[in-house]
Amino acid sequence: MHEMSLAEGVLQLVEDTARREQAHKVKLVVLEIGRLSSVEPEALKFCFEAVTHGSIAHGAALEIVAVPGVGWCMPCAASVPMEEVFGCCPRCGSHQVQPTGGTEMRVREIEIE
Amino acid sequence: MCTVCGCGAGETRIEGEHEHTHVHADGTVHTHTHTHAHAAEHAHDHAAPPPVAHVHEHPHADGSSHSHPHVHAGEHEHGHAAHHHHEHGVGGDLDFGAGPAHAHVPGLSQSRMVQIEQDILAKNNGYADENRKHFDDHGIFALNLVSSPGSGKTTLLVKTIELLKDKVAICVVEGDQQTSNDAERIRATGVAALQINTGKGCHLDAHMVGHALEKLKPAEDSLFLIENVGNLVCPAAFDLGEQHKVAILSVTEGEDKPLKYPDMFRAADVMLLNKCDLLPYLEFDADLAEANARRVNPDLTIFRVSATSGDGLSAWLDWIAAGLEAQRGKRAETVDGLKRQVAELERQLAGK
Repeated sequence: MHEMSLAEGVLQLVEDTARREQAHKVKLVVLEIGRLSSVEPEALKFCFEAVTHGSIAHGAALEIVAVPGVGWCMPCAASVPMEEVFGCCPRCGSHQVQPTGGTEMRVREIEIE
Repeated sequence: MCTVCGCGAGETRIEGEHEHTHVHADGTVHTHTHTHAHAAEHAHDHAAPPPVAHVHEHPHADGSSHSHPHVHAGEHEHGHAAHHHHEHGVGGDLDFGAGPAHAHVPGLSQSRMVQIEQDILAKNNGYADENRKHFDDHGIFALNLVSSPGSGKTTLLVKTIELLKDKVAICVVEGDQQTSNDAERIRATGVAALQINTGKGCHLDAHMVGHALEKLKPAEDSLFLIENVGNLVCPAAFDLGEQHKVAILSVTEGEDKPLKYPDMFRAADVMLLNKCDLLPYLEFDADLAEANARRVNPDLTIFRVSATSGDGLSAWLDWIAAGLEAQRGKRAETVDGLKRQVAELERQLAGK
């Protein structure tokens, strides 16, 4: 549900940048969304279309780059891949895994003209 | 950061605030309530306002422009230290090309990529950092209470306040979509409370809390309690500058809630298992609930409590007392640091 707020956050960063670069149209917005972040990419896409309506990013394509989840398993003392925040270590099965990567929600770049 | 989720801006209300609208010749409309609800265009430095009043220019279609200083209602300033806002005037007429008219010359435009590399929540996190600095500088222990609706947050708050109000200064921020019922329940205990209505919004953000700080002006070494909107999803993503998120789970909910809503239980440092006086009448497995919560967050501190009977509250109160003590230590460090600076400057001055 807060994807709408996040979409507004994205639009704000895009508008600030577009204004600074004196662009008149935004054609593409590239986001990096970690697998362990609290964002649902499909919902974000839907909200992005809604909030950009009538803005400088109206009609811009949205590309979401998924960043794989990585965690630190305490029993193994090693970095292991993680599928979900409450997932277990694929090596030892422990749940004592702290996410270390894949929690980001970033605007990477935009294409303007 | 937008304060409103699921709609445009303008639904958020903080008790006793006002709203006004600017319409510019290029069609841009700014609405600000002097809360956090404005149309995502302004930065407000609230926790430590910079000493500079901000002036910004609005160009008009005829080429003229006017500027106005943006200092409102005495204490309220817009600081623009690290943000790009109000850039309507920068670049002059090119700015109008960015407006609805799209007045550009065909053939001259060229697509290019621009790196941004910024966190989507950067704006919220900036406000949260300011709030956190304010809390640390003033020795304030701030807690963000999150849960689903009906878990007993307000009852727990009222009980906690009654047990602590003679020992420490307390103020409370209440977040709800509508009504000021909760703030009234808190005020009945005799402590200051401010209601924030988020309108269609589903969470509090750091910007709203910054304004609440300005209004409530919490005392030094005090306890600052934020009761977030009853929602186990959205508030997880929004740092308010608090020292800890405290998740409240009641035994009338399911043991698997931490697994169903892992983001919240991961974001929290403490979980209160509330309504434990009802355990004899329910088929709720408290050990399983705790195990599920620790699956999501191995570092979680868990207290079993009952706000109505008072069982288990002493451990919770001890935990708060320890947090207050730690924040006092931080303030003492700040004060000592400033004293050292003063002594050093006086020494330098004496040598001149």
